[in-house]
Formats: sequence, structure tokens, C-alpha cells
Amino acid sequence: MPKASRSVQLLNIVTAVLMLIALGLVFLYAPRERVMGEVQRIFYFHVPSAWLSFTAFVVTAVAGAVYLRTARPFWDQVASSSVEIGLLFTIMATVSGSIWARPAWNTWWTWDPRLTTYTIMALIYVAYLMLRQGIEDPERRARFAAVYGIVGVISVPITWFSIRWWRTIHPVVIGSGSATAEGGFDMTSKMLTTFLFANLAFTFLYATLLVNRVRLARFSERVEQLKARLLAA
Amino acid sequence: MQAEPRPAARPVATDLAQPAGRARHFLRVVGAIVWKDLAAELRSRELLSAMIVFALLVILTFNFALELDRSPAARERTGAGVLWVATVFTGTLGLNRSLAMEKDRGSLDGMLLAPIDRSALYLGKALGNLLFILLVEAILLPVLAILFNLPMLRPLLLGVVGLGAVGYAAVGTLLASLAMHSRSRDVMLPILLLPVAVPVLVAAVRATSGVLAASAWDEIAPWINLLIGYDVIFIAAAFMLFEYVVEE
Repeated sequence: MPKASRSVQLLNIVTAVLMLIALGLVFLYAPRERVMGEVQRIFYFHVPSAWLSFTAFVVTAVAGAVYLRTARPFWDQVASSSVEIGLLFTIMATVSGSIWARPAWNTWWTWDPRLTTYTIMALIYVAYLMLRQGIEDPERRARFAAVYGIVGVISVPITWFSIRWWRTIHPVVIGSGSATAEGGFDMTSKMLTTFLFANLAFTFLYATLLVNRVRLARFSERVEQLKARLLAA
Repeated sequence: MQAEPRPAARPVATDLAQPAGRARHFLRVVGAIVWKDLAAELRSRELLSAMIVFALLVILTFNFALELDRSPAARERTGAGVLWVATVFTGTLGLNRSLAMEKDRGSLDGMLLAPIDRSALYLGKALGNLLFILLVEAILLPVLAILFNLPMLRPLLLGVVGLGAVGYAAVGTLLASLAMHSRSRDVMLPILLLPVAVPVLVAAVRATSGVLAASAWDEIAPWINLLIGYDVIFIAAAFMLFEYVVEE
């Protein structure tokens, strides 16, 4: 197995350092929120996770579109890797949101539109992975997955709009909040710094995971080729 | 006796070099595919009857599952939901069959070999599927109107049903053609289709219950707009993506 290139190693280290600093900022630097208390610190992980899950799925759709144009397996590897990482971030956002919602809303889960849309989105990408598993021919698998990745990413914003007109209790910290939202707050400058830094760290985390996951996908492709050659010989 | 020389077959009226000729040819191909599906169904009569029986079963099951026998108010509240869940489930059934039949009988390969546009193939299949869903609705709506005592036959409601069915058939045809190539295709289609079709379901249910409750136009209009938007976006997307699904 070839060693990771210099730039990948550097990216890994930078991400680790950034994540450590982000942790430090969240627990030591950011002030305690007056109403919600310590539990508000989840916000610094919850929002970046949610944002990066969206980013990951957009990356999947774009990589899928490029695959359909070029038919280069690399882009399929990017697309499928990004779905896996996106689902990871989706789980992180859901679990952290639940832990926060328990004290803030007095329930682990509500049928709030934002929560429901988010779960539907997660199911679209679970279906994406199941579709991949069900198709044996690698070329067709890549093609179909690309098509479904594009359909999925079109559907998510429409789902979002379709329920936006319902009232939501999910707080909107960035931008204008809804009158019915519960658990919103105004960020102080220290909070904002922490929040922005956490976003930066998580973006690096996504990039690192993606680069390494694509690397893994290429290795497993190589293994398949070597196996095929052994069998043929 | 010498046979009268047969008059030359109808001259090919469509000059494929002309845009108008191409459009006419395109429409003829679409029509032929829809007609093929209809003719096959008229002869076997297996799909439509299964869809209708299934839809009725869904309605009757809901009656017990949601305890709708208790009060007319409960039926009023849930009428729109029952209609659309029945439509969505039944639609999955029809979509699966329509594409699986093409694959099992090898007719899909035949159509792909024919010198026709891929998008004509998509449009033909989608229109056929839409037609089947609408035929089921034609039975479902009066039945619901009687069983639930709801005004299901208002013209506006028929429009909503049409718009919802168009969106569902558009995205459903594309995804059914994905699902039929996967290993467990009968299970695959609902899993692929339902989460993507949620906006149709939301907008259609909202618009339907608005019409049933005789709400003001201002309250119904956004949902109808959303349905139209969804239809346009997904028909366009499916048009562009379908050729990648059938390309071999």
C-alpha cells in the first residue's frame, strides 16, 4: 500500500490540530449561554455538522454530473465517498440536536418540519447506498448512482420549501428567526469567533475524510483489478 | 391473376431534416409507445385491475387503522391523506410492473435498438404510467366521495390530482427504470421513490384538503404553484437524465 502523499499527510495533521483548537474554544473560550447553560455548546458542533452534510450531498451531485459527462471512475468514487461522509455528518447533527432538544424543547424529537426534512434527506442517501449495493456492474452502478444523486439533491430543497410554509419551532440563529422558534439566542463576539472557527475545523474534517475515503476507494478498485488478473492467469 | 401493385405505403410524411417534421416524428413515437402499453394492458388486464383492488384495500384498511368509522370529522380530516397515500402506494405498484415488463420480455432492448430518441421513450413510458394512475384515480375518487362522504369530484380537486399524478409519474418513471436493474428491484423502487416524492405528497395533500374544506384560493394557490414547480423541474431533470439510465 503506497504511503499517503505529503499533502494528504499535511492535511491530516492540520485537521487534527484545528479540531483540537475548536474543542478548546468551545469548552474553554466561548462563554456560557445565560438561559440554556452548558448545553448550548452543542451548537458549535451541531450547526457545522448539519452544514457539511448538505455540502457533502451537493458534492455528490456535482461529482455525479461530472461522472456522467466524463465517465471517469474517479468522480464516482468522489460521489459515493461524499455520501458516506455526508451520512456521518447527518447522524452527528441529528444526535447532537436530540441531546440539545431534550433540555431545550423537553423532548428528544418533534415532528418539526426542519427535523422531518432532514430525516427524509438522510433516507434519500441511505437509498442511494442501497441502490449501489444492488447493482453489480461497476459502470452501471456508477451511472445509476450519479442519476439518483442528482435527483436527490433537486428534491431536498423542494422538500424544504414545501414545509417552510409550516411553522417551525427550530431556532434560526443565523439570519432572521421565526416568531415561533424556541431556544434561539444572540451570539456574542466570542461565541461568533468560536462558531466560525468550528465551521472551519469541520470543513477541514470533511475534506480530510473525503480525501482519505477516495484514496481507500482507489485501493479497493486496485485490489479488484489484481484479483481479476490473478483469476485470469 | 396479377395482384394489383399495392399503393406505396403512406409516404413518410415527416421530413426529419425539418424541425416541425422532427417534432411530429417525436410525437408519433411517443404515441406509439403509449398505445403499445395500453394495448398490452387491454389484452391482459392484469395491471389495472390489480392497482384498483389494491387502492380499494388501502382505503378500507385505513378505515380500521385510523379508526375512521368513529366520526365523520375524522374522515374529513384524513380524506386528503388517505387519497394520496393510496395513490402513492398504488402508483409504485404500477410503475414497477410497467418497467419490469419491458425488461423481462426484452422489449426494452427492442425499443433501444429502434432509431428513436431516448427522451421520446421516456415520455412515452411516463405518459403511459400517468394514464394508469389517472385511471385508478377515476375509480378511487368517486369511491372515496361515497365512502367518506367528501366532495371529491370538484373540478379544482381534479386539477390537483392531475398535477400530483404528473409529478409522481415523471419522477417515478425515471426511478423505476433505475430500480428494475438492481438486484431486489421490487423492494428498491419504493425506497428510491418515496423520499424523493415527498414534496408532491406534501403539496398535493395540502391542496386537496384545502379544496375539500372549501378554503380561500389564497390558501390553496401556493400548494398548487409548488406542485406545478415540482412537475416542471422533475420532468426537465428526468428528460436530461433518462438517456444515461438506458444507455448500454
